[in-house]
Amino acid sequence: MKPEVILHAFGYLTRAAATTVAVSFAGIVFGFVIGALVCVARVSPRPWLRRLGGAYVSVFRGVPLLVQLLFVYYFLAEYGLDVPAIVAAVGALALSSAAYQAEILRGALNAVPRGQGEAATALGFSGLDIWRRVLLPQALKISTPPLINEFILLIKASSLVSVVGIAELTRVSMNIATQTYRPLEAYVGGGLFYLAINLCLAGLGAVAERRLAGAGG
Amino acid sequence: MSLDLVWRYAPSLLSGFGVTILCWAAGSMLGLVLGFAIALLRRLRIPPLNGLIRAFIELFRGTPFLLQLFLIYAGGPSIGLRLSATTAGILGLGLYASAYFAEIFRAGFAAVPVGQIEAAASVGMTPFDTMIRVMLPGALIAAVPAIVNMLIILTKETVVLSIITVPELMYQVQTMAAETFTAFDAIFAMAIFYWLLVEAVSRFGSRVETRVTAFLAHEARA
Repeated sequence: MKPEVILHAFGYLTRAAATTVAVSFAGIVFGFVIGALVCVARVSPRPWLRRLGGAYVSVFRGVPLLVQLLFVYYFLAEYGLDVPAIVAAVGALALSSAAYQAEILRGALNAVPRGQGEAATALGFSGLDIWRRVLLPQALKISTPPLINEFILLIKASSLVSVVGIAELTRVSMNIATQTYRPLEAYVGGGLFYLAINLCLAGLGAVAERRLAGAGG
Repeated sequence: MSLDLVWRYAPSLLSGFGVTILCWAAGSMLGLVLGFAIALLRRLRIPPLNGLIRAFIELFRGTPFLLQLFLIYAGGPSIGLRLSATTAGILGLGLYASAYFAEIFRAGFAAVPVGQIEAAASVGMTPFDTMIRVMLPGALIAAVPAIVNMLIILTKETVVLSIITVPELMYQVQTMAAETFTAFDAIFAMAIFYWLLVEAVSRFGSRVETRVTAFLAHEARA
């Protein structure tokens, strides 16, 4: 074991870690938008919308991420959309994460006491105002810790986008391994970066949880 | 992708499916046994050992499964661990799963009410008997849903093994796709196949869950 291999590659690994965080963050943000739509469909009064939302969650949680990623990748190629691989990577992460985020949001909406919506109706709030002023602020607060947890899961899942050639942490570790003939050091180095990222996020999650609990729910 | 093509590649697809099932079963077993052993060791509360166990769990839960596979398969030879892709895949799956199973079993043990353990001691049960007859059934009942859920997650993780060239289903399909230029159709079929597989496993899993929980609850009362 030669730790200096990791030190030599420190600059590459840092840049790769930034790519990993950026790709995952983009996945989380786009996933949130899609996930919110799916969640709205799942709690909608229309049965066909509810079923559509349910099917989305079932498919994107049931199909392995690598299969989804290659599907998006080949889908774009099949229909002649000449876009960089990063689009497929972020797209696949977002589509998959959306299914999990939809469930997180749905759980958070269910956790807001029913009486509050009813009270708002009794006070003459419009439907939009009930969402905007009563349900959403509380649901978002409740869902913050699980959403940060989802971010950690997505950081780990993003290692799969190395397969379509994105120079993120796993891919760069692989390159360092083949260039230096020191795979053990290269992958341990990459792993340490993942651990560091996830420890930071877990710390952030703990802070968020404490502050939200302090705010009195 | 014509049916003719699938027929021509049927032997390799079937063998790939066999390898998928083998890796899943062997990896899950390894993970369950290791995870249970880790959870038991942890209960002994030996300070340096507990620190090591916690580090092990954090390492395997904090890094991507793919990176762990590369570390074992490519990094292994540096420390004299020369494994075939399939063996490395099963070992990787088992180690990865064991970190999660260890936490699941720990939570299971924590769910056994302290009063039951005290009651067992007060009727004169030996610690071993308390473990076998009181704690284990209680812990397992509490852990079954999480175990079933993890087993379902592991069916999806087997796909990642294709990246280190384990000849499982995904690998065979990609080989077929490359040889016949049918990447999109093949991957589309795979998505449907895996969705059906995971749905079936989940349905089956929840049925097993109900039965095992009922059985264990009955045993615990008897």
